[in-house]
Amino acid sequence: MSIDTLRPPAHAEHSGPLHAVRGFFRAREIPVAGALVVLVIITTLINPRFLSPQSMKDLMLNATIVIILAVGQALVIITENVDLSIGSILGLVAFGTGTLFNAWPGVPIPVVFLGGMLFGAVLGAINGFLVTAAKVPALVITLGTMYIFRGILTSWAGSKQYFSGDNPKAFGNLSVDVFLGIPIITIVAIVVVIAVGIFMHSVRAGRDLYAIGSDRDAARLFGIAVGPRVLAAFIASGALTGLAGVLYTSRYNSVGALTGSGLELDVVAAVVVGGVAISGGTGTVFGAAIGAVLLSTITSSLTATRVDKFWQQAFVGMLILAAIIVDRAVSVRNARKLRVSESRDV
Amino acid sequence: MANQEQPSPALSLTGASKTFGPVVALADGTIDLRAGEIHALVGENGAGKSTLVKILAGVHAPDGGVFEVGGKAVSFRTPADSKAAGVSVIYQEPTLFPDLTVAENIFIGRQPRNRAGLINRGEMRRMARELFTTLGVPIDPDRIAEGLSIADQQIIEIAKAISLDAKVLVMDEPTAALSGVEVDRLFGVARGLRDKGAGILFISHRFEEVFALCDRITVMRDGRYISVHNTNDVTVPQIVKEMVGRELGALFPKADAAIGETVLTVEGLSRLGTFRDISFEVKTGEIVALAGLVGAGRTEVVRAVFGVDRYDSGSVVLHGKPLAPHNPQAAITAGIGFVPEDRRKQGLVMDLSVAKNATLTLRRSLARFGLISGSRERRTAEDWSSRLQVKTGSQDYAVSTLSGGNQQKVVLAKWLATEPTLLIVDEPTRGIDVGTKSEVHRLLSDLAGRGIAIIMVSSELPEVLGMADRILVMHEGRITAELSRAEATAERVMNAATSTLEGAL
Repeated sequence: MSIDTLRPPAHAEHSGPLHAVRGFFRAREIPVAGALVVLVIITTLINPRFLSPQSMKDLMLNATIVIILAVGQALVIITENVDLSIGSILGLVAFGTGTLFNAWPGVPIPVVFLGGMLFGAVLGAINGFLVTAAKVPALVITLGTMYIFRGILTSWAGSKQYFSGDNPKAFGNLSVDVFLGIPIITIVAIVVVIAVGIFMHSVRAGRDLYAIGSDRDAARLFGIAVGPRVLAAFIASGALTGLAGVLYTSRYNSVGALTGSGLELDVVAAVVVGGVAISGGTGTVFGAAIGAVLLSTITSSLTATRVDKFWQQAFVGMLILAAIIVDRAVSVRNARKLRVSESRDV
Repeated sequence: MANQEQPSPALSLTGASKTFGPVVALADGTIDLRAGEIHALVGENGAGKSTLVKILAGVHAPDGGVFEVGGKAVSFRTPADSKAAGVSVIYQEPTLFPDLTVAENIFIGRQPRNRAGLINRGEMRRMARELFTTLGVPIDPDRIAEGLSIADQQIIEIAKAISLDAKVLVMDEPTAALSGVEVDRLFGVARGLRDKGAGILFISHRFEEVFALCDRITVMRDGRYISVHNTNDVTVPQIVKEMVGRELGALFPKADAAIGETVLTVEGLSRLGTFRDISFEVKTGEIVALAGLVGAGRTEVVRAVFGVDRYDSGSVVLHGKPLAPHNPQAAITAGIGFVPEDRRKQGLVMDLSVAKNATLTLRRSLARFGLISGSRERRTAEDWSSRLQVKTGSQDYAVSTLSGGNQQKVVLAKWLATEPTLLIVDEPTRGIDVGTKSEVHRLLSDLAGRGIAIIMVSSELPEVLGMADRILVMHEGRITAELSRAEATAERVMNAATSTLEGAL
């Protein structure tokens, strides 16, 4: 969108499809996608095996879980909230999935997915309810539930772990089989990104989330049901985290008390790097998904080019700071322009 | 207000009241708006107009009174209720979503949808463009709202209200930021809506607009309904008299003080987009009022003088020495005290005790070896509190437990303890009940009598006329009149504040 033009020419006509594309990928997503492309090219030049089919498949599998989590987190951050409990929710659902297969070996796989998402949605509803009813910042509430959920999981799991060998083969194959070269669970993630993306772009309730994050008081004056909408965002984030928890069990070797711990910050990082402003109101789930792919690819590519692990984390940190500084610089510039443009005849 | 023979009341509010803690914002809110009329609501700042608007909008629930829309009793609990009843409000301050596009800002929550139930952006854009064509303004529906000028934001609010096809349209100072052409277009639209049977409530400080546009005028003062007139039967002086109402001299006594040498000289102060070419002087014992409408740039000028904000050019000289720009600490050291407009946010630390607040500015002189002595702090605080007659149970109570007037006294105590030679007070009696108001005024008059120079920013006309030795009136970032106490009348200040240049400069 034209941040530079303060008074664009009257009735500037936009050609339909081109305009739609520009609307879909606002300026924020493009640099992230560009960084991803540059990263892949440089890594491949150093280590040609980086783009081998097997390596590509691993890249996609590694990104899948974080993509889904990032989409859910983006919904919450767009409303100017945050959910730090998703790592614990993922752990609970993943361990619950292992427990379910152990207790009922013949359980139909769709039931496992539905159950996992429902479980996640209930945990998300607890967060959402506390945030909207208590009127305490989500940062504090979800920090609390992060520890509570983790505590419940620890006392439930103890030292017990479930291994992928205990699960039905068909379930584990979801993370092995490919369709058109893309792993099945990655296809699930892509479907999630597209579905939620369309919801946020083209459904009234989705637009309400942007409005709430953009200016909560204005949203209230407007008669938008702020509380129920925020609650719904947390429930959706919980359900998506539940989905990610089930897929995690399919993808990784073991699930236990520590599963998913620390994941929440990786996800918030991915969302912020992907152009979703932590102050709410802007960004898209597509950007969040690209941010997730970028961060998981950085880890792989630094490994492929044999860079020290310390630098991997420092690099992610620098990306986050860069994203935030760009954001801040843009808003400072806008504020100054606003002041000057209003001067009129003063 | 019985109007049995009159056709179809669109909205009526009778005897509505609203209090916020100890402050009575509205004592008798009464308005009778008929379908097919444009009705003006006038009154000074603080007369209760904005509170009345917020009741109509469903933002505040009234504590008492009768509220009817279309002849049926209503009680709005949320803005959504008000909207559903066909009431649409354009607020004084535009309430847009900065991150959304202009078109979406107009249609949020009721975007046009295609057969699949998805938002049809092409249609939404077309509808927005149509609205802008009606209003005759070139705004791109696809740009985001952030960075739009206030005038354009106001136009978007108007477009939104029109597109709602409301039965009742409330416009709270919609013209404050608009240019002449834009105002004419807005009036055209308003008349069109009226002719289609809508009832329009129009709030404005500009009398020429009120008289040109409106069919009837309701006057409010001090939170109360005063009168309603047919526009054809009244004149501007009559309305102004009803707005101002009381005997000025008795309520706001400014004792004569010996006016001495110049304390502050401001020369050609300008800040791009905020104010321009501001020059004035203040002498010892003198109260200089900065009058004007909200948004005229008065607060910005005093903030720049005190050094909170930067300025682009000009100079500030205190006691013959230039004052460093953008350095509040230097200003305090040089002897300036600053009582800000919003005492809750900027003047006080609400959770700290009265004693701690009163001595905040003295941390340095009270400290020994870097530690603040509690007993010295208490002694100093008690001294000032008794001099200013702060009513508090104990010096240890949190400031938040005091009434507005007493909080203001604590802010004053805080600054007086630094022994300033120039005191800047911004809206010193906003949100303070009438009784305590005159105490604050007595205090200011007292201080002037002791030779302190005072700059008082005030939107309340009686306060300005009653307290000031000299009045500088600002309009849209410039000083449009300088009036001595003898010259000043409500009409002249009002005229200067609403743009007509007075000869005094």
